Amino acid sequence: MTVLAVLRRVLPALGLPAVLFAVWWYATADSTDFFVPPLSTILEAFGKVWTGERLLSDVVPSLLRLAAGYLLAVVVGVGLGLLVGLRRAVRDVLEPVLELFRAIPPPVLVPVIMLFAGIGDTMKVIVIVSGCVWPILLNTVEGVRAVDEVLSDTCRSYGITGTARLRHLVLRAASPQIVTGMRQSLSIGIILMVISEMFAASNGLGFTIVQFQRSFAIPEMWSGVLLLGILGFLLSLLFRFAENRVLAWYHGLRRARRAP
Amino acid sequence: MTPAALTTEAAGPAGAGTGPSEAPGRRLPERAVAPLRGLAGLAGLVAVLEVLPHTGLVSADYLPPASKTLRALWQLLAENTFWTALGDTLTGWGLGLAISVVAGVAAGLVIGTVPVLRAVTASTIEFLRPIPSVALIPVAVLLYGADLRSKLLLVVYAAFWQVLFQVLAGIQDVDPVADDTARSYRLGTWGRLRHVMWPTALPYVMTGVRLAATVALILAVTTELVIGAPGVGHEIAVAQTSGAVPQVYALVLVTGLLGVAVNLVARAVERRALHWHQSVRTDAAAS
Amino acid sequence: MLDVRNLRKIYTGRNRNVEALRNLTFHIGAGELVCLVGPSGCGKTTLLKCIAGLLDPTDGEVLLEGRPVEGPPPGMAVVFQEYGRSLFAWMNVRDNVALPLRRKKLGKARTRELVDHALEVVGLADAHQAYPWQLSGGMQQRVAIARAVAFEPKVLLMDEPFAAVDAQTRAELEDLIRRLWRELGVTVLFVTHDIDEAVYLGQRTIILSTSPTVVQEDVTIDLPDERDQLHTRSSPRFAELRAHVYEQIQRAKHHSGDTGDQMADRTPGPTLQKTEH
Repeated sequence: MTVLAVLRRVLPALGLPAVLFAVWWYATADSTDFFVPPLSTILEAFGKVWTGERLLSDVVPSLLRLAAGYLLAVVVGVGLGLLVGLRRAVRDVLEPVLELFRAIPPPVLVPVIMLFAGIGDTMKVIVIVSGCVWPILLNTVEGVRAVDEVLSDTCRSYGITGTARLRHLVLRAASPQIVTGMRQSLSIGIILMVISEMFAASNGLGFTIVQFQRSFAIPEMWSGVLLLGILGFLLSLLFRFAENRVLAWYHGLRRARRAP
Repeated sequence: MTPAALTTEAAGPAGAGTGPSEAPGRRLPERAVAPLRGLAGLAGLVAVLEVLPHTGLVSADYLPPASKTLRALWQLLAENTFWTALGDTLTGWGLGLAISVVAGVAAGLVIGTVPVLRAVTASTIEFLRPIPSVALIPVAVLLYGADLRSKLLLVVYAAFWQVLFQVLAGIQDVDPVADDTARSYRLGTWGRLRHVMWPTALPYVMTGVRLAATVALILAVTTELVIGAPGVGHEIAVAQTSGAVPQVYALVLVTGLLGVAVNLVARAVERRALHWHQSVRTDAAAS
Repeated sequence: MLDVRNLRKIYTGRNRNVEALRNLTFHIGAGELVCLVGPSGCGKTTLLKCIAGLLDPTDGEVLLEGRPVEGPPPGMAVVFQEYGRSLFAWMNVRDNVALPLRRKKLGKARTRELVDHALEVVGLADAHQAYPWQLSGGMQQRVAIARAVAFEPKVLLMDEPFAAVDAQTRAELEDLIRRLWRELGVTVLFVTHDIDEAVYLGQRTIILSTSPTVVQEDVTIDLPDERDQLHTRSSPRFAELRAHVYEQIQRAKHHSGDTGDQMADRTPGPTLQKTEH
């Protein structure tokens, strides 16, 4: 691909964000509003605050909690989802209960979880799990239910049952749906990571931002908001990258089906 | 002559019947089985929540027995403050939802019908979408403090994306042949919008409204909880700090029931609005 | 090899029962290639699924080498009509063919040998790295056949495998099946709605009545063993047999197990004597 071709693809993609950035810059350039400082000030604060030691002492712990909570949610969500999806009786019994739990806005559970788990890292991880598990669980159930009947018969006739069937048929066939759930859970995880830290923490991204807000360190606060946005963007990019590799077969299949 | 396999299949003649079978005559009507099992599940949950604190496995301070929670709920319903809080939550939710739907549909239609805009904004939307709404919480606190406007800021921010996304997916789904036909009849932008794009996009819009309704409730309650804007979420924070544990659980239950109610109503509205609409699309939210 | 005795299958729906198969009895000897034909809706697929152990019969039994079939027996492989849906989209051709062999625990070398041979025999040796959705319909069905062949089954069941494939590909695949059958010596039960195909392929053709199904007739196809699309299909004997089968199916459409027209008989009827040329 020539440089020009690459540019032609990348520029429109960067175009509007760059424009928006420029608008933000110029709109606030002369701002004297205490609460909305100029973008240049924010960027300056960004450089000062989020480099060096703070990266290690605040950003890393937050990300570690997110990773722990997210991975736990995946394990629990997929495991429970398999159980519920494969057995109709289990699904019938648990469905109303699950619907009720899933309708509770996850942040609302923070006070409850704090009763059990105190205010340490455990609490935050549990909060993240309590919110992230639902999209994964529900999508796993959907995916497991939708396994193709002909494929299922094929496996039965070749004697592929039990664990082998779970591994080679059920999980693989449901994986596109599971990945959809995992993608939704990622956004939820980031939100809960921040909220749990806003409630009670001694370090972390959310904690730091709230500290800045409370002590009226406004440019620093905004820089934290900016960082959150960038983090969200980077994580979703990472996810997309991983998804394209794991679900390469699925994307190929969809493309082949769409072509006449 | 007959082996052990004297079975009947509870399936149609499509050749699909597999799985456990029951002797005829002892079977409940099929339609009643699932709801009954569901009720059993709920009953089981209540039973567990009642018994567990009594057994001492979990301290009754952290998890009051279900009966206590339900009694606290009953008492709540008699208090004026509860109903005011509920009203505040629903106001914020409803207003925020309305604003995001209008803005989302308008923005979606504008972006969708102008091809240049669509190409240019595609990446921006992908860029802005993952920005977590919680990032705006400190901003909201600074700008508006603990009142309705903070709630609206967060609700609209989160719900708007849901609607926008669905509208854009709907417009993308428009049959190009139909669009070209409309163009050849010189229908103009407004005409195309009305006769080609809107009917195709409508199911997507309804899905968007449903998703937005759920998200709006979550954000409303979250804002109340974290910032202290008036509403059920704030009541939870108050109950928690004053150590009224059964009340905390009762209020959490209320939010859960609210969520279920919003979901059911939204689905019912979606079905009603699409009752006469022939839609052969798959749920864009699932992709 | 394969015995079907008094097979009966009733589907119980919410309001009514449907008797798909009334009473089916026939025998398939080892190494035979037998076709099953019948009018639409006569339960061919139901019958095949019962034989494959994927469906439990209401009455009667299926015996594989004298042992009753209760659930999919080892030693049987099925090729379905919907090839797209019977292959694993996330595995390439080679892995698709090899998967059922893993359970047999034959060791890497032997598995590789079987897979290679199977792919070569169906003509897909070059495509072994491809994914199913990258292949045409005919090639996908070849993968399914290769998978069945590599499995080294005693009985190969095929449920209208070429119905969803274009005519030219179908002709190639028919010849492939005959070739495989002769080279591997496997017993084949081939279900089809295509009369020409049934006569061209089989040593015997079992004609089913309409639902509730019984065996209408068991026709011996006495065409020579060496068959090819051009010459066999234009031979007079082929035309006679074909006409007879067609006639029987037309009768089958009006007769069923209800009208007592049951001839579970292996000898050909008087109309089918070979005419002297």
